[in-house]
Amino acid sequence: MAGLALKDVRKQYGKVEVIKGIDLDVADGEFVVFVGPSGCGKSTLLRMIAGLEEISSGTLSIGGRVVNDLSPKERGIAMVFQSYALYPHKTVYDNMAFGLQLAKAPTSEIDAKVKRAAGILHMEHLLDRKPSQLSGGQRQRVAIGRAIVRNPEVFLFDEPLSNLDAALRVTMRAELSKLHRDLGATMIYVTHDQVEAMTLADKIVVLEAGVVQQAGTPLQLYHNPQNRFVAGFIGSPKMNFIPVEIAEAGSGGVTVASADLARTLIPVAPDAAVAGAKAVLGIRPEHVTGGDRPVTFKGRVELVERLGHQTVVEVATAGGATVTALLDGTTLVRPGETLTLGFDPADAHLFGESGRAMERFHLPEIARMTRRTAA
Amino acid sequence: MKTRGEHLLLVIIAVVVLAFVLAPLFLMFATAFKADENQILRDFGNANAFWVWPSEMSLENFRQVLGNDTFPVLRYMANSVLIVVSIVVLGILVNSLAAYALARLVFPGRNILVIAVIALIIVPMESLAVPLLLMMNQVGWVDTYQAQIVPFIAHPFSIFLFYQFFAVLPKDLDEAAYVDGASRLQTYWKIVMPLSLPTIATVAILQSLEYWNAFLWPLMVTRGSDVRPISLALAQFFGTPPPIWGDVMAFSVLMSLPILVIYIAFQRWFIQSAIGSGVKG
Repeated sequence: MAGLALKDVRKQYGKVEVIKGIDLDVADGEFVVFVGPSGCGKSTLLRMIAGLEEISSGTLSIGGRVVNDLSPKERGIAMVFQSYALYPHKTVYDNMAFGLQLAKAPTSEIDAKVKRAAGILHMEHLLDRKPSQLSGGQRQRVAIGRAIVRNPEVFLFDEPLSNLDAALRVTMRAELSKLHRDLGATMIYVTHDQVEAMTLADKIVVLEAGVVQQAGTPLQLYHNPQNRFVAGFIGSPKMNFIPVEIAEAGSGGVTVASADLARTLIPVAPDAAVAGAKAVLGIRPEHVTGGDRPVTFKGRVELVERLGHQTVVEVATAGGATVTALLDGTTLVRPGETLTLGFDPADAHLFGESGRAMERFHLPEIARMTRRTAA
Repeated sequence: MKTRGEHLLLVIIAVVVLAFVLAPLFLMFATAFKADENQILRDFGNANAFWVWPSEMSLENFRQVLGNDTFPVLRYMANSVLIVVSIVVLGILVNSLAAYALARLVFPGRNILVIAVIALIIVPMESLAVPLLLMMNQVGWVDTYQAQIVPFIAHPFSIFLFYQFFAVLPKDLDEAAYVDGASRLQTYWKIVMPLSLPTIATVAILQSLEYWNAFLWPLMVTRGSDVRPISLALAQFFGTPPPIWGDVMAFSVLMSLPILVIYIAFQRWFIQSAIGSGVKG
């Protein structure tokens, strides 16, 4: 197994730059998830690591060795494709054995490795079948098995669960997590599903337009997003953003006010914030509750979605902001009613005009830990 | 819904069309198995021409054709088999490799090349025959096998068929093979070609048919029986008076059989590919 290092990695198609200088370190045995909206370059970056796309500039090292000019097979990687990409004319056994057969490994070694991988994935009974005779979940397993057999230094997954139904996705997610623990391998995983990202990752890398917006543990990103993009991207439902004006900035925090909010002290480092400047207050729907909180505001209920254990309420404020709140499942509320909501300023985030977050004073202890110590 | 009358009309049209297609085949087979030449001439005037009673069946005509010392039928047949098998086998390799390159490699002028290949499909062989003959003369290939094989290995329509198939074959399969450690050539040989069997069958049938029946070109570049194909031999045999119909038809049957066997062997894949390419459009 090995770690990975990307130094100012760029990718250009003609004059268009799609990956704009990425610096990233992946530790040995780490599970790193690339997330981002469609077209952010996450799959391209993975394919560059795999050697399926050329690196225009910058260096990529795997296990301390620069691999820019090496072919996929020489990089010590294995990849699981979104479409599985199983060879339709080969049996499951031969699909898994193909790489070793090409490397001219002894038959006994191939047999042992294929059977070991099949054992790990509980699919010994499928070895004689063709891919067309397998279900979606089974094909996925074969694709993973094919990767395991190669005994790679780094596993690469390109949205591997996106073709599965919701229930199977949950099962396979758990299996992948277990596989990572069992193999202790370095894994890089691309997805647009933030639940997958939050549950699987040791480190999440949020990409937008070919740039890393933030890299950190899932809870660092959740509790301490560095900018508005990451704050809006991580978390479901999305974080609420309320435009505010800075009334006062001091060592104790930044006081803000808006049409909907009375003067409120947000406990964040003021950076370069000055009175009179515009800012955006961010508050997660799960932190917006009833009117018994330190900061309250009123609004008209526009939408009520009852999930059973929770109720999602969308409220339009007099100041023109739309705020989503996650309330208790038994809350009695109807569209058209006026509702008083509130939050604790300690849960709030504050973003300057550039979109950069001001550092929060109160971070939960768990947000300071790495995933493995937290788990 | 069609009325009974419309239905009947359709059936009648179908039967008439079918009769025109099958009648010559029936005539050929029936006549080939009739030993008595006078009987054959008499039957030509009525419907018996399309039928042979089991009691009348004989292999005499075949014996005569195969035993004809001045007309080495088996030699001609062997020539045809050698020429067609060479064209088909080499053609499948060359044309599929060309199509694979056009479908998978990115290089300047690729699209123009694809358009040029498709445009070449409509150029008739007849228009190329004379310049080609001059070339064969120059290199001294007249009256050789290679003159009948080499110019036809590259086949635009086959390239087009393979190209169509490769264009819709998921690239993920190639990439999975690269990650598994395969070179481009290994990917082509071990992954892409085995998946192309229906297209290979189609190309094999179409090319076999085209070159088994080739007439003009062999007539231009061959002189004697050494390298002549069976199609020319049949025409020559037919043109040698007086025509003995039983023998001519037996000869025709002998010439048709190999191609029928090839079609029957590959028809499952051929139909699959023809239908597939239709659906994918």
